[in-house]
This record gives sequence, C-alpha cells and structure tokens, in this order.
Amino acid sequence: MTQMESLWRHGIKTGFIGAVTVVLLALIGMVEAFSQRDIIAGVISMGHALLLVIAIFMGYIAAKRTALSGIGSTLINSVVSGVIIAGSLVLLILLGSWVNLRSIFMNASPALYSLLTFGIEFKNGWTFLLLAGALCGLVAGLLYQSFPTFRRILITSLSSVIIAGVLQDMLRPTLSAWGPISVISDWLFSSNGLSLSGAITLCLVIAVILFIWFQKRDILRTRFSRLPSSGQRTLRMAGYVLLVGIFLVLPQVLGLFLSEVLTIVGLYVLLGLGLNIVVGYAGLLDLGYVAFFAIGAYVTAILTSPELGFFSLTFWQALPFAVILGLLSGVILGVPVLKMRGDYLAIATLGFGEIIRILVLSDFLRPWLGGAQGIGRIPKASIGGYEFATPQQIYYLILAGCAFVIFISLRLKDSRLGRAWKAMREDEDVAQAMGINLVATKLLAFATGAGFSALSGAIFASKLSSVYPHSFNVMISINILCLIIVGGMGSIPGVIVGAVALVGLPELLREFAEYRLLVYGAALVAMMLLRPEGLWPEVLHLRELQDAQSSSADSETPAPSGARI
Amino acid sequence: MAAMLEVENIHSYYGHIHALKNLSLNINEGEIVTLIGGNGAGKSTTLRTISGLMKPRKGSIRLQDEELTRLLPHKIVEKGVVQVPEGRRVFGRLTVVENLEMGAFACRDGKLNRDNLDRVFTLFPRLLERRKQVAGTLSGGEQQMLAMGRALMANPKVLLLDEPSMGLAPVLVDDIFETIEKLHQGGTTILLVEQNARMALQVADRGYVIQTGVVVLSDSAQNLRKNEMVRKAYMGEN
Ligand SMILES: Nc1ncnc2c1ncn2[C@@H]1O[C@H](COP(=O)(O)OP(=O)(O)O)[C@@H](O)[C@H]1O
Ligand SMILES: [Mg+2]
Repeated sequence: MTQMESLWRHGIKTGFIGAVTVVLLALIGMVEAFSQRDIIAGVISMGHALLLVIAIFMGYIAAKRTALSGIGSTLINSVVSGVIIAGSLVLLILLGSWVNLRSIFMNASPALYSLLTFGIEFKNGWTFLLLAGALCGLVAGLLYQSFPTFRRILITSLSSVIIAGVLQDMLRPTLSAWGPISVISDWLFSSNGLSLSGAITLCLVIAVILFIWFQKRDILRTRFSRLPSSGQRTLRMAGYVLLVGIFLVLPQVLGLFLSEVLTIVGLYVLLGLGLNIVVGYAGLLDLGYVAFFAIGAYVTAILTSPELGFFSLTFWQALPFAVILGLLSGVILGVPVLKMRGDYLAIATLGFGEIIRILVLSDFLRPWLGGAQGIGRIPKASIGGYEFATPQQIYYLILAGCAFVIFISLRLKDSRLGRAWKAMREDEDVAQAMGINLVATKLLAFATGAGFSALSGAIFASKLSSVYPHSFNVMISINILCLIIVGGMGSIPGVIVGAVALVGLPELLREFAEYRLLVYGAALVAMMLLRPEGLWPEVLHLRELQDAQSSSADSETPAPSGARI
Repeated sequence: MAAMLEVENIHSYYGHIHALKNLSLNINEGEIVTLIGGNGAGKSTTLRTISGLMKPRKGSIRLQDEELTRLLPHKIVEKGVVQVPEGRRVFGRLTVVENLEMGAFACRDGKLNRDNLDRVFTLFPRLLERRKQVAGTLSGGEQQMLAMGRALMANPKVLLLDEPSMGLAPVLVDDIFETIEKLHQGGTTILLVEQNARMALQVADRGYVIQTGVVVLSDSAQNLRKNEMVRKAYMGEN
C-alpha cells in the first residue's frame, strides 16, 4: 500500500492542485464566461479549452516530476493526475445536484454543470468526463516522453490555434482590411471561432514551418558564423532595420482598436522600464512608483492646460519640467528611505504614492490641482504640423519614448553606475565595503526611475487630454511590479514581454478583464513555481558567456528564449 | 616604524548599547596585528568603525596621520582601508571574475586593476580555475579566498579581516592562514580579527585582547601566546 502511494504520489499531488484550480475556475464563473466563445466553431469553446489545457499541463508536470522512474510510472502518474482533475468536476456536479451551491457560489448553475460534462447528460457524462481526464493525462505523459523537437512543434502549433481562436475578434478585422489577404481570414474564421478546416490548416502550416526551421536552424547558424564579421554586421543591421520597420508600420496594419491597445502596452513598457531600474537593477522595492507618473502627468497638465490658466506651454515645452520635477521628487522620496530595506522600504514608498494621490484629490489644493474633477483640455503634442492625436499617432510618441528609455537603460546597465546598482542589489553592506557610495547610488536609482515614470505621465496626460486623481491609484504600481516580475527582473525584453502578457492580453480579452487580478495572481504563482527568473530573464553573465563560447562552453545561464515548456 | 593606522580612544554605540569603550590600537606598516576576543566582545564593531560603516561618538581614526573619522565608507576605501566582512559574503549570483571586478570599483586605474587581478590569481590559483563559476556555488574555503581576493582588488594599504577562518574545515583554515602569511611577506598591513587565537597568534606580530568593548591586554604575539589568561580563555588550555 505504502509503495503504491509513493508510486502515485506525484500524480496525486499535481492532480489535487489541478483539481482545486478547475473547481475554483468553474465556481467563480470563468469557465462559463469563457464558453461564450469558440476556439474552433462548433468543436471546442474557450472554456473547454481552458479545462483541457489545465488537465494536460498538470499531467505534464506529474510526468516531469516522475521522469526518473521509467515510462510506465510516468504515464500512470500523469493519468492519475488527469483522472483526479476530472473526478473533482464530477464530485462538484454531484455535490451541486444534492445541495444548492448557488446560495454561496452564484455561478454553480445547471448550465455550468452541463458545460462541465461537455453537454452530455450526467448519467453518461461522468464516465465521459473521467475518460477525458485520463486521456488528457495520457496525452500529457506521452508528450513528455516524445522527442523534444516533436513536442515543441506539436505544442507550438496547437498553441497557435488556441491563440488564433482567442484573438479572433482582433485578427479577423485586421486581416479583412487587407484586400487580398481577407481570403485567409475567410478561410480561417467562421462566425464564432476558427472553422475546423481553418484550424487544421493553421496547425499544419505552423507545424511545417517549425519543422523546416528546426531542420535548417543549425545549418543557418553555422553559415552565419562562417560569414566574415562585416557580413555578420550587415545582416544584423538588416535585422534591426526590419524590426524598426515593423514597429513603424504596426499601427497602420493593426487598425484603430489594436493601436489603442498598443499605446496602453507601450505606456506600461515605459513605466516598467523605469521601475526596472529601481527594482530590477538596484534591488529597491518601490511601491509608490505611481506617484512619479502622477507628478509627470500633473506637471504637464498644469503647465499646458488653459483650464487652470496659469501657463499655456506646449507639450514639448512642458516635458522637460515634468521630467526634471519627476527626478527631483525621486530624490525627495529617496532621502527619507535611504536606510530602509526590503519590506520596510515597500511600505514607506507605498505611503508616498498615496500621499501624492490624496494631495491631488484634496479640495484645499483644488485651485491649483483641480481636485476630484481633475484637469482637462490638455493640448496634444505636435511636431511641425503633425499632431499626436489619434491612438495611431500617439503610438509613435510612445514608441519614441520607449526607444529613448531603452537606449538609456542599456547604457546605464553597463556603466559604472550600473555596476554599483548591481553590487548594491546583491549585498548593500558589501557594496559599501567595496567603496560604493550608497547614498548617491540609491538616490540616482530613485531619480532615474522617477524621471522615466514622469515622462510616461506627461505622455499619458497628453494622450487622455485630461488627468484625474483616480487614474493614479496604487494598482498601477502593483501592475507594473507584476509585469516586471513576470517578465524577468532586470531584463529589458522581459519588461516588454511582461507588459504584453499582463496588460495587452487583458485588454484584448474582455473575458479576461473581469478576472484580471486573478490572472495576475495565478501568473505570479505559476512564474514563481516554473520560471522564477521570469519569462525573459536578465542575462547576468554576458561577457563570460561570450568568452565561454569562444573556448569551451560550460555555462549554466538559462538561454534568453521565450517560455520553454 | 611608521604608524600606518591609529585608532585613538573611540567610543561606538548601537543605540544605547555602548559597544566600544575608549578603545585604542595602532598598526605599523607591514605588520599583522590581531584582535582577539570572545563572541560579542566588539571585534566586528571595531572593524566596522574603522571602515566607516559606523561612526564613533568620540575618538579618532587616522591613516598615515590623515583623519578618517568623519569620512564616508566609500572614501575610506579609496584611501586604502578595505574590509573583508565577517561570514565571507561574496556576491553569490555573480561569477568569480565579476566579484573581483566589483572589488576594483574604487580603483579607476585600468592597468593597476589588471596587475591586481594577476596578483590575486597568483595568490589563489583556485580562483583562476573557477573564474567563470558563479560565486554562490563555490565551497566555503573558495568563497573566503574570493572575499579576500576581492578586497585585494581595491588595492588596500590596510586589510581588515573579520574572522576569515570562521566555519571552515581545519585543512582550509591552514590554507587561509598560509595566504595571510604570504600577504604579510608581500608587505600588506593587516588587522586580523579572530576567535581562533592559536592560529592568529602564530601569524601575527602583535595582538590586542578585547572584552566587552575594552582592550584588556596588548602585547607582542609571542608574549600573548605565553600569557596564562590568553591560554585559558582563548586557546582552550587549562
Ligand atoms: N546591529 C546591532 N545592534 C545592536 N547591537 C549590536 C549590533 N551588532 C552588534 N551588537 C552588539 O555589540 C556588541 C559587539 O558585537 P560585535 O562587534 O559583533 O562582536 P564580535 O564581532 O566580537 O563577536 C555585542 O554585544 C552585540 O550584541
Ligand atoms: Mg564578529
């Protein structure tokens, strides 16, 4: 008995984690909300896809945990995990038919139960559910045992079908807008979700492309490395030019709605890059970061808006003031918290963020700061005759801001100051013993981060044409911190990936928006368990790696690739 | 002999706790001086006060007649007083070379830094072998070597060592003391804090014994080795 227990232990454990997850998701209404939309029309809805993905994912984890004990045991464990997850749903339905769960969980309705059994009546449905669970587990276990290349091709092509299905509302109009390409859209999509033939085609196309890529990848790499260095440089430059070109035409291709989403993501990237300096580079946990965003926005508003009538500068005239006041307030926040570390620092900075919000909200300061009504009629930025008014135009303003801030971040990272930040992040006392001026180093981190934040605030003010106190609540700081953690502390691409994942996706998916905080929490927990260094982690040992490549490579740094499975 | 470092009548406090009471000591150029005392005697506090991490309420600290007392820690490092903190404390996520580069932070002379790096690698061949390894994965002895090497990168006039043998296996303790001996022969001035009085008094020229923040005894290492109180209290003899 004990032996069997230990044999199945990992399957049971991961199964229970998965079970709790699916039951929770069902009870809070996520499964039902997601079922409104089909991934593949008439075949599978988003809600069902969610359940299947969880069951397969947990089965995969179970297989991974028992990798050392042979194929048989791996498969058993992943099947056990799948059955437990399905079983939990069966139990939920049974429980729901005996007692009325609805008095506690609004969503525990017969509609949900019928959804959970895939529309089959419970009499047969429960066996079907258990079988489906076992099958998911089996698939996961086999997947784990299969060749890595095959596995990656399969997972990526299936994920792209899911992603295409999830983003259908965005993809369809975008594709249709492009004359001849609209044929693709018609082939791929039906009225609700991908068409079956479209889904299969998409899956195959992606699989073939990946297959060719995996075949030719090494050849291409060796060919690239054999090129003379001037040739390599030209190719690399061409790559960058292509990337820049893509960024430049993006809003034209994507259309109004997606461009709006892009500007929001871009603003968060800008904010994230600033906080990345404070938290990622210097290791200072700052929860009052939104304060500088507010300062940047309000300074711009006060200096440009005719509503208050003090000044009527243009956006560009006001921008330096906003940034400089941001920098200064970074120092002002920094001085009193110089001696604080970790959680104390977090609480103190949290307070600072609230102070600024309450100040701009106060009636007393209303003549100057607008009070609860905020400040309106902020002019748009313009260069020559070109006005940054629509989302598609503001996108370029934000893109320029991001490029500027990324450039500064990169330069800072390898500078003397960057090294001082790194030492301070690793160990404050020792950094000091190495001759690093802790006071200056800390204040510069706060000031730089605050300056970036104020810059984003200024752009934000001109984007919205108005500022309100309630735009600057503590959730903004939390969101930015989350996206940095999920993306990878200290990593610039990580900030971008994190912003796309945590800000972009919820904007795109109205179903997600309602569960935004839940998704954040789940993403954070999952990240801590699976990839504690983030989706695109900071490369800590770049120079050493390059050295190692020329001699014998023996690095243990994770490759900066996307999410590995 | 010229006094390298002079500590005169310093009083240091942690809040209300009077940790160092009128403590004085001096180190001549090229000497190893050891500071012996039990747990909580104030040894680390003395080093922290010298390197400016704590400010004494009274008293003065001078390096070659230059006042250090009011300087900030990073200025004191630039002047040439460098501390190897207690418990090793290498930058665990950085590689050996990166740790050493951090040690050279205060010193902006590129050529000097390269020479120092060579010197450290000659002194600790182990570190050369492991230069690309992440410091957190080094053994305790290697980490201690790295911590000392990192301090040497700052080009110290006076090296402050806080219990370098703490928590190391006896073989490694011998290694560390051998290195200290080598540094001594190379002319480095060292203030060595130790609980391992036996070993410390073997390499040192002179020693101070402190109890609860007060110097109770100071003499040549030879005499201290013979001293009955020292033998009983710090060398575990009857
Ligand atoms: N951070 C601190 N706060 C308060 N008291 C401290 C602190 N650090 C050390 N002390 C006290 O100061 C005295 C001397 O400590 P320390 O110099 O660390 O001793 P040693 O290094 O000789 O073991 C001890 O009584 C200790 O309790
Ligand atoms: Mg101590």
